[in-house]
Order: sequence, then C-alpha cells, then structure tokens
Amino acid sequence: MARSKEALVLLLDVGPSMHSILPEVEKLCTMLVQKKLMFNKNHEVGVVLFGTEETKNELEKEVGGYENVFVLRDIKVVDADVVDILHNIPRGKFPGDFMDAIVVGIDMLIKKFGDTNKGKQCLCLVTNAQYPIKDPYEGTKEDQVDKISSNMKAHGIKFDCVVIRENPVRSAGKSVIDENDHLLNQFSKNTISKIVHVDNPLALVGALRTRSISPVTVFRGDLELGSTMKIKVWVYKKTSEEKFPALKKYSDKAPSSDKYATHEVKVDFEYKSKEDPDKVVPPEQRIKGYRYGPQVIPISSAEWDSVKLKPDKGVKLLGFTDSSNIKRHYYMKDVYTFIPEPGNRKAIVAVSAIARAMKELNKVAILRCVWRQGQGSVVIGILSPNVSCMDNIPDSFYFNILPFAEDVREFQFPSFSRFPAAWLPNAHQQEAADNFVRMLDLAPSDREEMLKPEFTPNPVLERFYRYLDLKSKQPDASVPPLDSTLKRMIEPDTDLPSKDKSAIDNFHSHFELKENPKKKKPTTLAWNEKPSLTDNEAGADGRTSDIQRNLIQDSSVVKVEKIGDSNPIQDFEAMMARRDNPKWIMKAIQGMRAYINDLLENSYRGDTFPKAIECLAALRKGCILEQEPKEFNRFLFHLYDKWKTSDLLEFFKILPSKNVTLITKTEAADSDVTEEEAKNFPLKPEPSS
Amino acid sequence: MNLDPQGLFRDDSDSDDEFVQEKEKDTSKEMVVYLIDASPKMFDLVGNDEDKSQTYFHAAISSISQSLKTQIIGKSYDEVAICFFNTKEKKNLQDLNGVFVFNVNDREYLDQPTAKLIKEFSCIEGTFMSNIGSQYGIIPGSRENSLYSALWVAQALLRKGSPKYVSKRILIFTNEDNPFGNITGAAKTDMIRTTVQRAYDAQEMGILIEILPLSIPDEPFNVSHFYADLIGLEGDEVAQFLPSAVERLEDMTDQLTKRIFKKRIVRTISFSIAKSINIEVNTYALIRPALPGSVTWLDSVTNHSLKAERSFICADTGALVHEPPKRFHPYKNENVKFSLDELSEIKRISNGHLCLLGFKPLDLLKDYHNLKPSTFVFPTDETIIGSTQIFIALHRSMLQLKRFALAFYGGSANPRLVALVAQDEVISSSGQVEPPGMHMIYLPFSDDIRHVEEAVQLQTTADADVPHATDDQIKKASVLMKRMELKDFSVCQFANPALQRHYGILQALALGEDEMPDIKDETLPDEDGMARPTIVNALEDFKIAVYGENHDLEEVSSKKSSNTDASRKRKAVVEAAVESAANHDWADLADNGKLKDLTVPELKNYLTAHNIPVTGKKEALISRILTHLGR
Repeated sequence: MARSKEALVLLLDVGPSMHSILPEVEKLCTMLVQKKLMFNKNHEVGVVLFGTEETKNELEKEVGGYENVFVLRDIKVVDADVVDILHNIPRGKFPGDFMDAIVVGIDMLIKKFGDTNKGKQCLCLVTNAQYPIKDPYEGTKEDQVDKISSNMKAHGIKFDCVVIRENPVRSAGKSVIDENDHLLNQFSKNTISKIVHVDNPLALVGALRTRSISPVTVFRGDLELGSTMKIKVWVYKKTSEEKFPALKKYSDKAPSSDKYATHEVKVDFEYKSKEDPDKVVPPEQRIKGYRYGPQVIPISSAEWDSVKLKPDKGVKLLGFTDSSNIKRHYYMKDVYTFIPEPGNRKAIVAVSAIARAMKELNKVAILRCVWRQGQGSVVIGILSPNVSCMDNIPDSFYFNILPFAEDVREFQFPSFSRFPAAWLPNAHQQEAADNFVRMLDLAPSDREEMLKPEFTPNPVLERFYRYLDLKSKQPDASVPPLDSTLKRMIEPDTDLPSKDKSAIDNFHSHFELKENPKKKKPTTLAWNEKPSLTDNEAGADGRTSDIQRNLIQDSSVVKVEKIGDSNPIQDFEAMMARRDNPKWIMKAIQGMRAYINDLLENSYRGDTFPKAIECLAALRKGCILEQEPKEFNRFLFHLYDKWKTSDLLEFFKILPSKNVTLITKTEAADSDVTEEEAKNFPLKPEPSS
Repeated sequence: MNLDPQGLFRDDSDSDDEFVQEKEKDTSKEMVVYLIDASPKMFDLVGNDEDKSQTYFHAAISSISQSLKTQIIGKSYDEVAICFFNTKEKKNLQDLNGVFVFNVNDREYLDQPTAKLIKEFSCIEGTFMSNIGSQYGIIPGSRENSLYSALWVAQALLRKGSPKYVSKRILIFTNEDNPFGNITGAAKTDMIRTTVQRAYDAQEMGILIEILPLSIPDEPFNVSHFYADLIGLEGDEVAQFLPSAVERLEDMTDQLTKRIFKKRIVRTISFSIAKSINIEVNTYALIRPALPGSVTWLDSVTNHSLKAERSFICADTGALVHEPPKRFHPYKNENVKFSLDELSEIKRISNGHLCLLGFKPLDLLKDYHNLKPSTFVFPTDETIIGSTQIFIALHRSMLQLKRFALAFYGGSANPRLVALVAQDEVISSSGQVEPPGMHMIYLPFSDDIRHVEEAVQLQTTADADVPHATDDQIKKASVLMKRMELKDFSVCQFANPALQRHYGILQALALGEDEMPDIKDETLPDEDGMARPTIVNALEDFKIAVYGENHDLEEVSSKKSSNTDASRKRKAVVEAAVESAANHDWADLADNGKLKDLTVPELKNYLTAHNIPVTGKKEALISRILTHLGR
C-alpha cells in the first residue's frame, strides 16, 4: 500500500550549545527509528546534521554555501545501521544554521521523490535555535521563510520542529532567539507544521510521537441535533493506549540447523466434557450458557442474534447540560474526537458555532452513539468543545463515554467530618498543607508545564525498546536500569529550589506518622523509607547514602546553586557533586563557610552549635573528598581567630569531641598539618600559612 | 469464534489485575427470610377502586418476585427462604401451626433462588387458597401465636452461617398493625412479651428484622401499636419509620437489574508524599463497565458444562510443548528472545507505590487526558497512624486551591502517570451521592495521544483558511443550547439497554416465558420534547444561521448532480480508461493468449472501463478479463 511508505528527514542541531542535550536527542531518535523498524519497515529515513565541522551535502557541491551541514545518511529504507548511527551522533563545533539544514532537507526530499509521495514526507528539526541564521542573498529572512514554506507546501512536506530551551534565556542571546522563534512560527502559517517548545530533557524524549499510526475513522456521518438539523462529522480516536508489544511464544524444538524455522508456538484449545475427560466436544456442538442463579441457561448464538438489541447506527443529541454537572472521574474510556467533515465548510462553521457557544456558556452536550450498524450496544457520552487556536485547523469536539447506571457501584464512605478530631488536621497543619500544595507547583507561570502528558514518554516502552536493541547485539545482556532522564517521572524531583524544600520540611514537621502497634506485619516495611529498586547504592547510614546518590547522579539532575537554610548539608553536598563546572566546588565551600559564620554569629547561648558542628563536619568531609584541605583548615583558623576571645570559645572546645579537627596530611596530601597539630588544635593554634 | 471468553488465558502483558472482572463469589453474602402474612385481611382489596382490584397479598407477592428476579442476577449467591404465616396448612421443621414454608424441588428451605422457585412463587396466588389456605392465627381463647411461631421458624432457618460473614434478615410483610388487637387481658401482654422476646433473641443472634407494612393512605399503618417494640424503634425513629418503609417497598419493586458488588478494597497502597512521608491508602473500583455474566460453554447435546484445555504446539515440528518459558520478537531480521523474568523486570520500574510528583491547576487536566475508568482513593490508618490526617489536609488544600496532584502509580503490570482529583462529599436527601476522597485518573503518555486534528487537516490541505463561526452564529447556538437544556441531568441516569435486554432475555428463557420482554431504550432522545415549537424554532434559526436559507435544496441538488470532487475524478478516470482500453483489440489478444504481454495498468484500463474489480495479481486480472469476454 502506498500510504505506508513515509519518508522522514531528521535535521539535528549538533552545535556546541546542543552538546549537553544530545544524549536525549539520541534517545528520541533511536526510539523513533526502532519503532519504524518494527512497525513500519518500509518507511524511509534520512539524517542531516548541522553545526558540524565538515560539510557534505549536494547543494554545497551544486550551488555553494550550506557549510557545516552534513548529510549523515541519505533517504533510505530504515535498517539496523540507522539505529547505530543515531546512537552516536557526532558532536559539532560550529554554530548551526537551521535554515540551511531545512533547505538541504527539502532538496533531498524533492530530489528523491519529485512530485510523488505528497503528504507522506516529513522534516523533523531538533534544535535550540540559539544561533542567528545567515542573511539570505536577497530579500529578508521572512521572505526566505515564505519561499521555503511555499515550496514545502507545493511538495506536500510536513514540518515538525522541537525547540529546546533548557535554561531561562540570557538577555544577550534573546534577540536572536526571538527572531528565530518568529521565523519558525512563520512556517506554521503556510505549511502543516508543528512547533513544540520543551524545557527539560524528559519532555524532549517525549516530544515526538515516535510511532506513526494513520488515523482511522470510527464513524462518518451525521451528528443529529434534531430530525431536521444534522452536521456531517468524522469521529476518530483521540487517545488510545499504546500497548506493550505482543511477544510471540518461542519454541526451541526446531533443530538449530533449520534456518527457516519460525520457532512459533501454536495454541490449541480443546473443549472436554467434565464427566468424561477423554471426550472432545467439536466446536459446532458447543453452545454458550449464561448463569441464572445456580442454573446455566444455554442460548445458541442464532437465538441470541434474533433477540438481542439492534440499535440503528447514528449519533443523536439528547441535550445540553452544565459542564459542572459531569464530574471528571466519570469518564470511562479512551477519548474520541469529533471533527467536521474535512472540506465541508458548512459543517466546519456549524461545529465551530456550537463549540464556541459551549465554551462561552460552560455547557457540554450529551450524545447517544451507535458507531456501526449491527453493533449490539449503545454508548452515552459527553461532548466537550475543543476550540482551535490555530487559524488553519477547524474547531472540533472531544467525546468521552459516560457510565450507565449498572456501571456505578454505590459504596458508602464515612464523611471526613465524622472522623475523630485526632484524624483531622488542625489549622497549622492545614496551613502547612496549603503551602506544600502551592509550592510543589508543576506548572509555574514562568516556565513550561512540567510532566505534560503530551510530552511524557512511556518509561516501560522506552526501556523495552532499549533492551531489545541491546539484546540484538548481546543476547545475554541483563535488563538495563531505567533511563536517568525518565526517572524524573517516577520519583519526585530532587532538584527543588530551597523554598520548596522548606515547604516540604515544614509539612513534614507538622505531621507525625507512626506504625500501628496492633498491626505488625512484614508488609508494614513499606512505611519505612525504602530505597527504590533501581538504586542499589543505599548504605547503612542514611546520610552517606545520600552523598553517594548525589555523587553518582547525573549533572543534569542536580542543580542546587546555593546553600539554603532548610537543608544546608544536602545543598552543599549537591553542589560539591556537580560535575558540569569546577567552579561549583569553590562556590559550595564558600557558601558553606558563610553559612557557618552566620550560624555562629547568630548563636545565643550555643543554640546553633549542634547545627554548626554538623555543617562543619560536612564541610570537612567535602574538603577531604575534593582534596581541598587548605580551604577547610584556613577557615577553621579564621573562625578561631575571630572568636577565640568571645563566649564562642565553648564551641571550639566541643569540636575535638565531635571529630571535627584540622585536616591532616594523612587524610589529604595537600594539607601541611600534622596529626600532632590537629590534635592540639584549638589549644595551640599555629597557622601554617 | 471466541476461544477464550473469560479472558483466562490472556497474555500476561495485558493482565492489569485491577481491571479483570472481580470474583463473583464474595465472602460476605446475605440470607433473607421473607415472612408473608397470609391472614384473610391480606386478601382485602387495596383501596376501593374497581380498576385496581389488587389484594395486599398480591402486592406482597409481586414485589417479592420482582425482587427475586433482580437478586438472581445481581447477587445470585445470596440465599432466601419464603415463609407464610397465618395459614391453614403447616409445613416447617418445627411442625408449628399456622406457618408454611414455601419451596420447590432440588432446593433446601433456605437456599439460592432458582428459576423454578421464582416461576412457581409468582403464580402462587391461583393455588394458594386450595393448597395452603388462610386463617387468622391469633384468636382469643387460644394459646396459638402464629407470629411467634413464624419468627421461631425464620430464626431456625437462619441458624446456618456465621454472622461474621453472612448478613441475615427477616422481612415481614403485613397489613395488620395490631396483631394482638383482638386479645385482651393477661393473655395479650403475655403474648406480646414472648413475641418481642423472640424477636430480641433473633436480633441477638445477628438477625435484622424489618417490617414492610402494606397500608393505604387513609388508614395508615400504626407502627406504635406493636411493631415498634418488636423491631426496637425508639423516639423519633417511630415517626420516621413509615415514610422510609414505603420507600423501601418501592425500591424493592423498581430495582434496576444489575449485578451488585460488595464494597471491596482493590488494593492497599503506599502513597509517598515526599521523602520519608509515606501514608497508606485504599483503592476502590467505583466505576467499572458492567458486563453480562460470564459465559460457560455447554455441550449442546447433553447441556453439561465443558472445560477448556489448552495445549501448545510447536509450529515447526508439530511437537507438543509445555508452557514455553521464552518469548521473542523479530527485530533486525533476527529473533530477540526474552525470558519471562526479563519481561517482568522491564515492566517493574518502580516499587508499586503511588508517588506524588507535584500539583497542577485543575484546568490543565484536559478532557482528552483519559484512558480508562478512574479508581477511588480513600485513606486508612490501619497500619500507619496519621495517614488519614495527612490525606485530609492535602484533600482540603487541593479543593481550596483548585489543583490536582500528579503522581506516578507504579503497578507491576502497567505503570502510569495519574492525576489525583480531590472530590468533596456530596450529600442529597437520599444519601451520599459522591463520597469524599480522591479519584485517580489514568493519564495517557505522549504516544497514547493522537494528533488527529492536524493529521486530518494534512490530508485535505486544499485551502489553508478555515472558517470559524461568527458571533451571530455563536449566539444562535447559545439560544439553542438554552432551549435544549437537560433538566436535572445526572451521570448514569440511563440503564444500559443492551445489558437490560440481555438480562430480560435470560430471565424469559429461564422462566420459560413465551414473550420476549420489551425493554425500553431510555437512551433515545426525547422525541416529544424535541418536537416542542420552542426547540424546533431554535434549531431552525441555528440551521439558517450556519447553513444558509436554502441548505436542504442545495443538498438535494448537489446529490443529484453528484458533482463532488471525488465522483468527478472517478468519472474522469473511467473515461480515460475507456479511451485507452479502446487501443487494443481485446478479443483478439485473448484468443491469441497475448493478454499476458500487456502491463498491469493496461489490463486495469479494460477492467475499469467495464466496471469490474481491479484488485489482485496479474493472473487474477487476466482471468477476470477472460471471464468477462466470455472465454
């Protein structure tokens, strides 16, 4: 079939600013081609890199220009090679020009397909669009975009674009970025294109639909508002669960010499009477029985067909109601979308009028649907508006199936207000909870929404495809751990601003959980903090395991930037663990020193001493790990000098008992403090420098 | 052919255990003894209306048989006994006078209802007088106390089954509010005392006694004469008793046929709020699609049930294999094998807990963020004290701040992102409508969402500019919406017509009823309502606003001339085919066997020109041409 033959050209930005995110781009692209390899074996894929050192493309040879655009792979049917290629995308050194890459991509598609294959070609651009594009030879950049997009439209080329914006935009580059965004958005005016902005690696992995499924209508026909007024609509599935691939059962019976063995297993069912286990009842002698009380009533399918419900095909409106009347949790199944018949302007306007009126008045419609003639059941559902924000996409509806009376189980639950007072939160606790809910905001106004379902990949499938590829190379490989980027969606974000952390701590301090002594089952272990399955690093001591976890964590995960008041030690450790820039270590040490200083300065009768000692111990440990003993020793001397005459002298007397001493040569080679000196501090201070 | 009707052998990948139909047999069941007064007073007519010449007795019988019909489908494992008192004949284990336990063959006195029981019970009236008979059981001068005996018999019937697992009830149907009214003196007080004592004894054994009084409006059933004492009503309860009893009786007759599920925890899970704050919650399935009962395969000759046996056969060698331990998937021209352990390891990405990730405003939960029915979450302090407190605090905050919680629910089979939407308790006069708690809504992943709107637009990219409705058109639609408002619409007000019909047919077949029941399809639009002039006018106005004045005419004419793009194109293709097909002398080619020298498109031209199917391989095309040419 012709329609299955799609062609895709990946345009990947590999310029220096993309390096940090390229691992995720690799994941996204390999997943994409892997699924093509499994489900759409005849799709074709080409790969173009830009921002590379080298230049290799036909346009450069033909007309010149188009530097730093490298055609990594021509448009060819997907194969194992392309998976490997995308596993290791070469990094480039030059700022890439995405416009050049787009032109190269279009050129490849046109040369390959000419006027054929319209609507089945797609360009997919992944970039952060941080570098300015070159000025065209003639006209403005906008003119150039117009020219390119009319060309794309003429050849039926679709355009998908993923723009990555990880950090807040720096003011210097802002004008460039704004211009680029403006140019990219201009594409969507004339062509079928989709531009998504993502701001974290997880969203990037989920940014593209990796499996292409051509939509199939569930129903085409009239939406009957009444007997005289009908609107032509097409109904499609809007959501549908992508299942874990169905694996076949493997049989090892075939001799290994047999190259054509399928290794498949057939499953055979036989029905036997319970009284006589040897007697097999042939299929035509079987009859279906339904239970009625203790009896089973046999009903043949012919009998059944003659009496069962046979509703007529059709979608009928029952009426409208307030949207608040239908609670969200009554939605039963996957969702449908009602689209006005394409090209039918009257239907488009009619749907648009109703959708917009519904939105204005907060109404929804109740429909009764029979999708096909001969189907034995009806569904009742709610039609809600989907007002399009794009000029070239018509308004449509979403349709959710509602339960019937039989589907609802009326279980009674106690009112919260009837619970004993001890089970109810008091005003302070409620305030802490309010704060907690407010702080753990996944959709802050200044950022993109986090963990949006549209951009969140299925972690199990991701893991399966990765494992599949791994196994095809090493058959005895063990299951890889869950991808670190995807871990974000199964565990709370460890990288929280300190204000959020304080909200959690505050929440924590207001509530107390304890195990019910009457119920001592092994299952209650769940209550205790349990290391997650993927983390084998947890040691006996909770705090050391934290350090280890922080140390092994990917640089992209930990992004503590200063020492906060709520969890200074954790912040410090997180900063020390950052590997993206060595300056963080000095920053962490300085931050911790300032923090300890503050603690001591504000102490009243030694109330902050325990915390200060803890911090000092952490600082000491960090300085040993990072081989910065002088930083610590100097700080300790400095503290002592500052306060030896004040009442803080007490503080220094506690230190040796807590094993907080100067760092010695044996602990860190850079130190010039002997064991003896360390032992005597602070009694006989002898500054070494 | 459905080889696996019960889904017993489904591939483990889709066995999301929570959604597998719950077990039908529940540990806790109900036992009911219906005690029906058969005194002559029960055979009085209800009211004086000639048209409704129905006796109290008939009313009791029909409501019980209706209730049994519902029960046999809804809760077929519950057990019932039917017992008349104030009868002439006696039939009971204790051999007490005036008490008759009704039963049919193959059934103990207290047992599951059977089709036969229902059938015979519902037509008992015809034979009642001759076989069982009616008389007053409590008469002056006699020590007989039929009510006392009836309670005794009922209590004895309910002796089996521990009250821990079984709920036991005695339902008394009577229209006599003062059974000892015609007795006086010490005998009366004595009889009342012993009867009430008998009732208390029964209640002590965990048996609930209920009265369903059959009364008429102008002669109310006075519960305070006697029955208030019997069932232990006090103070205000006496005044409230009658209205609620009437309601219960109505409930019995108008009950919807549906399978009743016992409230049952689907799973107890740990809900991790933040680091080291893990509370415990129970999940319940409040909404699940109801299915007609499971199918049992029978041998159509003997009507004995069959059992399915599955065997695995190696496709290459034909050898019988045991449950194969490995699965494979073709990839890159080879088979990649997985062991079952590896597969479950892939799916196990978290520890099975519910893990809070953060909160979002409710409007970010879109209408299309849905995949399957939601699950209800309610806190429990059973193992971790303080869980409820934290849950309620969050629940209140979420309601107040209009946010939902986003969490990851890592079940072993199908881990998903879920939205937890807080639901406040809603109470109406008839009880709890919405329980307080959170509803867990399963969210799609990026690959589960289809961007259909854009994809469809791509196919018909003819004109980029798409019309949107004008303000006037929107206004007309708003008017229409107000006119067609569904008053008091509530979710699940409709019964599933397919399911009701299924139960109706089953009942008709089981009870040997001749006529198939006529089940009303409540889901059809209200034709009369739709025909009201206000609605018709609003609809017409809207139609003119969006379609223009002459829409119907245009439709008709466009259909007639059939000049849609597709049909015009098709016509052109046919014309071209006819033209090019004329280039060959087909009869000659066919005779000389030269058809195979032509190309497929050339062959297709001929087929298209003669309106013959053009699918298939070249040989098929040639043979089709030959057939058409008559060779």
